[in-house]
Amino acid sequence: MRAENVFLKIMLGAYLVVFFGYLLGPLIVMSVTAFNSPSFPKMTPWECLTFEWFDVLANDTRILNGIENSLIIGVGTVILSVIMGLAAALMLTQIWPKLRATYYTVVIAPILIPGVVLGISTLVFWDRISVMLGMSTGSILHNGIFLTILGQSTFIASYCMLVFVARLQRFDTGLTEAALDLGATHVQAFWKILLPFMKPAIGSAAVLAFLASFENYNTTTFTFGKFPTLTIELAQKVRYGINPSISSLAFIIIALTVFGALIHEVYRRRQQLALANGAPVSAVSGRFQLPRMLRGNPAAIILILLALGGFSTIWFAQTYSPDVCKVDVREQKRLIQEERIRAILEQRQLEMQQKQQQGSGASGGDNVAPSKTQSPGQGAFGNVFKPGNLDKSTTEPEADKPAQSPGKGAFGDVFAPNNLDKATPKEE
Amino acid sequence: MNIAQFFRNYFTRNGIGLGTFLLVAVLFWVVVLIILPQLSMLDFSFRHHLPPPEMGGPKDTYTLEHYKYLVLGAPGADTSYNVVDLGVFGRTLLAAFFVTILDLVLCYPLAYYLGQSKGGGFIRVLVLLLIIPYWINEILRAFAFRIIFGDSGLINEMMMTMGLIDNPIDFIRANVALYAGLGYAYILLMIFPIYNVIESLDRNQIEAARDMGAPWWRIHWRVVIPYAKPGISSGCTMVFMLTAGALAAPQILGGPSSLWFTQIIYQWFNQGGNWPRGAAFAIVLLVTCIIIVLSMMRLFKVRIGDIGK
Repeated sequence: MRAENVFLKIMLGAYLVVFFGYLLGPLIVMSVTAFNSPSFPKMTPWECLTFEWFDVLANDTRILNGIENSLIIGVGTVILSVIMGLAAALMLTQIWPKLRATYYTVVIAPILIPGVVLGISTLVFWDRISVMLGMSTGSILHNGIFLTILGQSTFIASYCMLVFVARLQRFDTGLTEAALDLGATHVQAFWKILLPFMKPAIGSAAVLAFLASFENYNTTTFTFGKFPTLTIELAQKVRYGINPSISSLAFIIIALTVFGALIHEVYRRRQQLALANGAPVSAVSGRFQLPRMLRGNPAAIILILLALGGFSTIWFAQTYSPDVCKVDVREQKRLIQEERIRAILEQRQLEMQQKQQQGSGASGGDNVAPSKTQSPGQGAFGNVFKPGNLDKSTTEPEADKPAQSPGKGAFGDVFAPNNLDKATPKEE
Repeated sequence: MNIAQFFRNYFTRNGIGLGTFLLVAVLFWVVVLIILPQLSMLDFSFRHHLPPPEMGGPKDTYTLEHYKYLVLGAPGADTSYNVVDLGVFGRTLLAAFFVTILDLVLCYPLAYYLGQSKGGGFIRVLVLLLIIPYWINEILRAFAFRIIFGDSGLINEMMMTMGLIDNPIDFIRANVALYAGLGYAYILLMIFPIYNVIESLDRNQIEAARDMGAPWWRIHWRVVIPYAKPGISSGCTMVFMLTAGALAAPQILGGPSSLWFTQIIYQWFNQGGNWPRGAAFAIVLLVTCIIIVLSMMRLFKVRIGDIGK
């Protein structure tokens, strides 16, 4: 039994390692490539630690423009989809019971409809509306920002609605009824009772909506018009040539995400601690108690360590210059290249000598062999000018196979008896 | 209860202003954003491909030519069926299906482990680690796989340094990168629905089954999986639909010789300039996916209301 338990634990550990390796490995690899100097993002061979790709990124106007468009579209999408999602969630509890299942299917469907289809339908629909209204192509209905906000909100509102429905399930309708009994109007009851209760859900729905809008590609790619978002720009860059500045952008996004997650975690920890101690949340989170906060809170420690690491990296980046290392790497590459060339030359010489020896030996001992090799049709010219011969020499620029280099074929190779063997099958 | 009664109740409950506002917001979303665009796309897919001035003119009649094109190919082609497009379509659906299965197999053990453990710091860290990749841009995630699987990518360089291979293996052409990237892209939409359901499973049921002497696989087969069915089906539905409709990963990771069906749609819209044909292809994709998902749900006896819980 115990052996089985140990076995299970090992299996579980291995599985967790594989799973999280699959999940996080690509992100780590991509982040690391942001600091490597080759102009194509790669992790091996490691050349120089460099921060230049962040500079390249900061000077990339298309990326910056994309970020701006993404922010505008994100804000619009958040406003529209939070309002629609909230309204739809409130409606779900009030709608005619017979209609409820159909209604739920309709509002949940945009999550399941492929984003491509949503983008196309938005584009087609508003194009027709503008044709019907006789508007010019420069009108708002052809504006990329307008179309993208509508297209994205179609499905992001469904996400928001799910968040609101989950929160509404815990709402005590007695509260609203009590307020109405006490003389509040409907509008007052909504603003003072329901909305404050929904506030946390509105916050998380807004964050969710913004992130979903920021990273959307499938829908946006049909609707963006003249306003490419960051995702569109990235996709174009990735498809048509890449350099590590994209990795550095990824690194920034990953770092921000980790920071956000840790801050959220710290906040939740403190709330839980407060609840466990029986104190109201505000009493704990209102005061700043560094030592106690750190004691029960590994996330906070990690957060602070990360912040320190980040600051020291920035400081380091400003003092550090990768130029020396780059020169070194270039020098190394040059040396390796020279080494290779020299090795090839030596090899050639060696083989030349060998063949000359063999050739002279053959001509001395056997009269037939040299006369055959020197017949122009086969050896000296036939072999050199054969197209196949050239192909071979170009595909292997290392030229470490002497028989295939034209120079050899003409002079060094002619005298080799085995040249005949090679030449004859080619004639066929 | 009739409709007038219902509306009177509705407005007394919400007040005139707020009630109208809610109604308008919901109607705008449901009618203008969801239903009408889909209907207009459906309508559009039955139209001829005409230059803008001729739209609405006498030539603007209904036609089946785009659907015919998908099935039969261009008129006068060598083959009697549109082998290329249909082949891509079939391969897309098949690949999406296998990616879904792969994700399910990968996620189920973790969802079970997370759902059944008693919480604690380690589990929280794991959940946090799960969420982080989800906030990274889809394009960047695909890009990461290109760094790993490219010709001079991590795997090829490592294997060449270790001397396992002499020439780089073309993972992109072999679609290994594509399937890895697609499985990665939507893996979290598989894990969280299953995790949420398993979390609410009473541990005593498992204990009871174990006390009765059931082996572990029977516990899963008879207790856990039937209970987690809504979560599993909702995860599978989302992953399948999103994978079949994915565009970013195939564009970035797809091999030069293999296309995804969404890429064909994209080409008709952006390069071919034939919008009605693109719309028709999109309709085919949408309808086929819905039919597959609904029949799967019927097969496993799950309701659509379970999705998104």
